[in-house]
Amino acid sequence: MTDHSFTPLAAGALGGPDWLVARRAVAAEQLAELVWPTDSEEVWRYSRVNQFDLAQYRPMTAEELGAPDVESAPGGGPLAAELGERAALIVVRDGRVVHHELDDELIEQGVTVCGIATCEADAVEPFLGTVSSASPDAFTVLHDAFLAGGAFVRVPRGVVVERPIVVLHWAEGEGMASFPHTLVVADEGSEVTIVERHASAPHVNHLVDSVVELAIADNAHVRHVSIQEYGDHTWSVALQRAHLGRDARLSSSAVALGGDYARLRTESRLDGAGAESDLLAVYFGDGNQMHDFRTFQDHVAPRTRSDLLFKGAVEDTARSVYSGLIRIRPDAQKVEATQSNRNLVLTEGAGAESIPNLEIEADDVRCSHASTVGPIDDDQRYYLESRGVRPEDAERLIVLGFFEDVFSRLPVPALATPLRRAVHEKVGHLHGDAS
Amino acid sequence: MSVLKVTDLHASIGDVEILRGVDLEVSSGEVHALMGPNGSGKSTLSHVLMGRDDYTVTSGSVTIDGEELLGLPTWKRARKGLFLTHQYPVEIVGVRVVDLVTAATDGEADAGGRIATEASRLAVRDEFLTRGVNVEFSGGEQKRAETLQLAVLEPRFAVLDEIDSGLDVDALRDVSRRIEAMTEETGLGVLAITHYARLLTELRPDRVHVFMGGRVVTSGGPELADELEAGGYDGLAARLGIEVPSPVAAAEKPLDPFATPGF
Repeated sequence: MTDHSFTPLAAGALGGPDWLVARRAVAAEQLAELVWPTDSEEVWRYSRVNQFDLAQYRPMTAEELGAPDVESAPGGGPLAAELGERAALIVVRDGRVVHHELDDELIEQGVTVCGIATCEADAVEPFLGTVSSASPDAFTVLHDAFLAGGAFVRVPRGVVVERPIVVLHWAEGEGMASFPHTLVVADEGSEVTIVERHASAPHVNHLVDSVVELAIADNAHVRHVSIQEYGDHTWSVALQRAHLGRDARLSSSAVALGGDYARLRTESRLDGAGAESDLLAVYFGDGNQMHDFRTFQDHVAPRTRSDLLFKGAVEDTARSVYSGLIRIRPDAQKVEATQSNRNLVLTEGAGAESIPNLEIEADDVRCSHASTVGPIDDDQRYYLESRGVRPEDAERLIVLGFFEDVFSRLPVPALATPLRRAVHEKVGHLHGDAS
Repeated sequence: MSVLKVTDLHASIGDVEILRGVDLEVSSGEVHALMGPNGSGKSTLSHVLMGRDDYTVTSGSVTIDGEELLGLPTWKRARKGLFLTHQYPVEIVGVRVVDLVTAATDGEADAGGRIATEASRLAVRDEFLTRGVNVEFSGGEQKRAETLQLAVLEPRFAVLDEIDSGLDVDALRDVSRRIEAMTEETGLGVLAITHYARLLTELRPDRVHVFMGGRVVTSGGPELADELEAGGYDGLAARLGIEVPSPVAAAEKPLDPFATPGF
């Protein structure tokens, strides 16, 4: 008999290398005492966490996941093709790597691309959890208890990876939970672009509890793009967290289009002086979706800079939440930080919450925050219609234009076209138009 | 040859009647100037013609070649051949002129090519074509861009809502010349709404209508503009034996800094 609940026994039975089994066991010990959050906690305010019931899901068994070293899926799909040339590809199904490939040239330069459960233990173990463990919650504990694999990328000192490394996550299985993990380690002075797509089967009740860790050493530059296109019955809780060293740089763009309830914590800790973090996001909910973002720009070191621009739209009865914090710690003088959240509410039944926050403990800083929630401007609509633009096209143009400043800043320009198309289709759906 | 005909047009905002029986007739190739003091309802007329839904039309008719426009949504009026240059063109981030023209013509026009041609005729620099429409445009750039769209979309009739406001002399001349050329090249009929005679030295009207209290109180040739320049609306009202009505519409936006108070 297989135990189908989230127990230490089920976690232990997932197999994999000893160090990973041991790591899961530590987290699994906490499962019994785990207190699930409610929306009365500030960080879960406006969320749908009260609707969450872990008993609706079960973890996959080792048999269902497949052996870690069996890579059954030749990866890719249309999005990988649309991205153009890439340096590496990792395909992750239900949290386990089922395909990976890396350019020979990069192998020679010492770049590592592999599965967390199949890499040399010495390569992965020292890094796994070093970033995410700084920001735990009930879902990261559950994640760690059932972490059976995931994508690992390490770029050695001084190596510049020109083309993007593509990570495609896929989740399926009615009533199941999966725990995808991506760990990126950019050593001193290295540069890399990671493009991740998270998707899942449509109409299937599935929990995705995922973690992305970005460890960015001194002078390294990581560009990270995350595109979330989960199926309409997927419940997703995700943490994406980066730690930045001296003069390190993160350019992060998150696009959220799918899911039933999809929460993403985007966190950036600027540990080294001169570090810079740019966090961008676009989200668009329709139907009864909820996109829930919690952001944290944590300035530990002086002369650090961070910019955040999150832009969203909601239609039908969809909802969105943006809650963000800029924190400037006492030693972080000469810091510049901005935080801006803009929301378009396209229908009366839809709604968006926007809560920006500042917590400043240093005195020589420049910080600003801004937030807007509102419908499409009537003057803009009228202006376009006075030129002969159909009302539905006017709305599409305005919504696409609203997102354009994020799309045009994506580190992989080839992504802009499929993303514009995806937004175009969402606005079109509002008018019952199939195109 | 087409005719834009406005007959006994009445329109209100809430309970306040702003247009009180407007009659006008503009034919292809003609330039008509509609002059009136602030608050006379000139801008309201332009938006009621275009179908802005802030106003309620209580009676009257607006036709192009006998086809009724009232009751049509704004975008359909535009496609019937009516164009409005906006007094205060709104900024739309991320929507370029080429996106607008492509959508306005359902992708049929060679939008890029035609925009490039007009941009050179109107001295519109490339940076204003790659940016969102009207985003951080100066007054002159706005009106050049409005005129560019007018030229590219080739409507039958254009209502120019104070196209002379916020323009420097060079831009006023460029814009006026381009519009005048359209009256000959494509037979564009023009209704130029202004309270400032300067426009009419560049854009020479065939007919001048004086608009007060929500209607046309008198019409004549270009000499009527000269009379207004000399005697103001008070002088004209005295000659006509009417009172200058108190404003029926509050000026919604800041007044044109170029306008001389009281004309």
